[in-house]
Amino acid sequence: MKIQHREQERHVLAITVDNESGILAKIAGLFTARGYNIDSLTVADISENHNVSRITIVTHGPPAVIDQIHAQLERLVPVHKVSDLTELGPHVERELALVKVAGKGDNRVEALRLADVYRAKVVDSTTESFIFEITGAPEKIDSFVALMRELGLVEVGRTGIVGMMRGVNGA
Amino acid sequence: MTERSGADILMDTLVEQGVEVVFGYPGGAVLPIYDALFNDNRIRHILVRHEAGAAHAAEGYARSTGKPGVVLVTSGPGATNAVTGIADAFMDSIPMVVLTGQVATAMIGTDAFQEADTVGITRHCTKHNYLVKDPADLAATINEAFKIATTGRPGPVVIDIPKDVQVASAPANQTEPRSRFNPPTTGAPEAIAQAVAMLAAAEAPVLYTGGGIINSGPEASELLRELQDLCGAPLTSTLMGLGAFPAQNKAWLGMLGMHGTYEANMAMNRADLIISVGARFDDRVTGRIEDFAPNAKKIHIDIDRSSINKTVQVDLPIIGDCTLVLRQMIDEWKSSDASAQNLSEWYARIDGWRARNSLAYPQSEEEIMPQLAIERLFELTKQYDPIITTEVGQHQMWAAQHFHFFAPNKWLTSGGLGTMGYGLPAAIGAQLGNPEALVIDVAGEASIQMNIQELGTASQYRLPVKVFILNNEYMGMVRQWQELTYESRYSNSYSDSLPDFVKLAEAYGWKGIVIENLDDLDAGIQAMIDHDGPVIVDCRVAKLANCLPMFRSGAPHTEMIMYGDDTQREVTAEAKASV
Repeated sequence: MKIQHREQERHVLAITVDNESGILAKIAGLFTARGYNIDSLTVADISENHNVSRITIVTHGPPAVIDQIHAQLERLVPVHKVSDLTELGPHVERELALVKVAGKGDNRVEALRLADVYRAKVVDSTTESFIFEITGAPEKIDSFVALMRELGLVEVGRTGIVGMMRGVNGA
Repeated sequence: MTERSGADILMDTLVEQGVEVVFGYPGGAVLPIYDALFNDNRIRHILVRHEAGAAHAAEGYARSTGKPGVVLVTSGPGATNAVTGIADAFMDSIPMVVLTGQVATAMIGTDAFQEADTVGITRHCTKHNYLVKDPADLAATINEAFKIATTGRPGPVVIDIPKDVQVASAPANQTEPRSRFNPPTTGAPEAIAQAVAMLAAAEAPVLYTGGGIINSGPEASELLRELQDLCGAPLTSTLMGLGAFPAQNKAWLGMLGMHGTYEANMAMNRADLIISVGARFDDRVTGRIEDFAPNAKKIHIDIDRSSINKTVQVDLPIIGDCTLVLRQMIDEWKSSDASAQNLSEWYARIDGWRARNSLAYPQSEEEIMPQLAIERLFELTKQYDPIITTEVGQHQMWAAQHFHFFAPNKWLTSGGLGTMGYGLPAAIGAQLGNPEALVIDVAGEASIQMNIQELGTASQYRLPVKVFILNNEYMGMVRQWQELTYESRYSNSYSDSLPDFVKLAEAYGWKGIVIENLDDLDAGIQAMIDHDGPVIVDCRVAKLANCLPMFRSGAPHTEMIMYGDDTQREVTAEAKASV
């Protein structure tokens, strides 16, 4: 007997939740308990009175599972709204990364030149290192990090993506 | 402004919520609450013998009365012992509020004595849970907990209350009501119209009903009968839904699913329209998904959106409360002057399947067949309109098959989680909620031992519950699966070293009756009914009887094994891996 695997889709979910203790554990735990995947997760307070947070989750799974994830999230009492940005249509996905590169000579010059091409900002520098701040679609960050790997990459920190619908309306 | 302690706020809020009974067990972290209970006559506290008993008793109370069950336990082991009952209530959508003590807020996270992360442990087996850190939040939290537990799809809610929050005081009347939880209640009108049109056009419809009808309240059962009367469709029910539709009706197909009737499963398989009302296409109902009702359009009425398309893809979802949606459908049926197709040919086909007599079992002159014991129990008790609880296993399925139900809230069984040890505490809870009713726990000799300590609870509160044990000296369902799947290698399924149940009963101040011979069966049951007090009946039944019909786990729902079929064939690895 072999375990069967099914076709997967990638979806970006924007979730507004009550900013109460345990909510992140509830959501993350829901994914583990039901065998769903989390590719990235971001969360931050988005309200004036600190009542509401927005969580962005990138997940993948077969279409029926994505629909279940949506419904299961909506079942949680502190969840106000779940928007499947991938389902809703054109949307923007952005991610921020901090990338530390160490080196001297040509590598250092090349790293700075590539950072300029990728519109990465230098947010810290020593005579032997840079920290670049880069924002963009996840693929852009992937390719920037891949280039830096050859030029003395020390470490990478990524936020995971946040997403938003294009156009005038909110999700 | 006057101030009250957290424990007093708790008591007052429970009273405001209409709570009459609390099932609990004291301990260090709930002593302030127990002290508040001491001189308070507004709430009756039922002292169980184990916290699992408290949770199941609260479930039995809730299922039989429709009111939320309330549990009060201490921190650490008190809470963890209650978890099985909480998970059980979650799976079967039973309204329950569980109050757990917690170590003082300053001690949380220090591995203090009797500390457990109750909120963490119960996170995924509750509808919602709370850790209350300020007595000023208690009333609003409790009020919201009751709303969440009882509205929408019901379920358990845990409120974890640190000991210092019980002692500290807060201003009275500081309760700002919250209103964030508002599940949908009525179905979309266009979906209702479409459903009625589909029902009127169907030539082979089946109504497939579940526990949602029971949870929605007795009116849902009445409306279900009315809708069935209008459309004439045959009706089957899940284990959880038994009683919503009267078993003597000619449209009644019996229970469906793994141990359902042949006619119920065949009708589902050959139907052109299935209307699911408050059921969830559980794997015990569908069998192999690919073979489940392949030609039927499926309408799914459910209060919980996540039940839609979870296992079976449906054609028309209707999100709403069963009572309201059924009334909408009845109104639409009447106002659109709908009329049903002639279903006589459909009923003729159903009669053909009925003729297989799938519940038949071999008769015995020497032994008491367990099915016969249930039939006699039904015949001799039906005039009393009893409430039946069960444990889990063969006896549970035999009771579902051979006992018949005519009204909701009379059948209390652990369906989703399948918790052995459920029946006795559930019977205690049901008896408290229905002091005049005849309450019988149909049990197996193995299951009953899982919460046997609750005999003492029934003795203490003079609850005349009856425990009817089908004693076959095996964990019968495990043995049956071993016979079917593992060539009768009965690994650890023999109930060795059984207690003398009569002596055990007497030790707790109960009456004990043993039934060993066929000739004593009726007299034994009658003696149980006639005794004004709790009774254990140890009914010795045929040891190796199988619970049939049955389709194997993961098999098509039409491939039913019946008495006389070979139960000893080879099984594939896929079948062995299917639960």
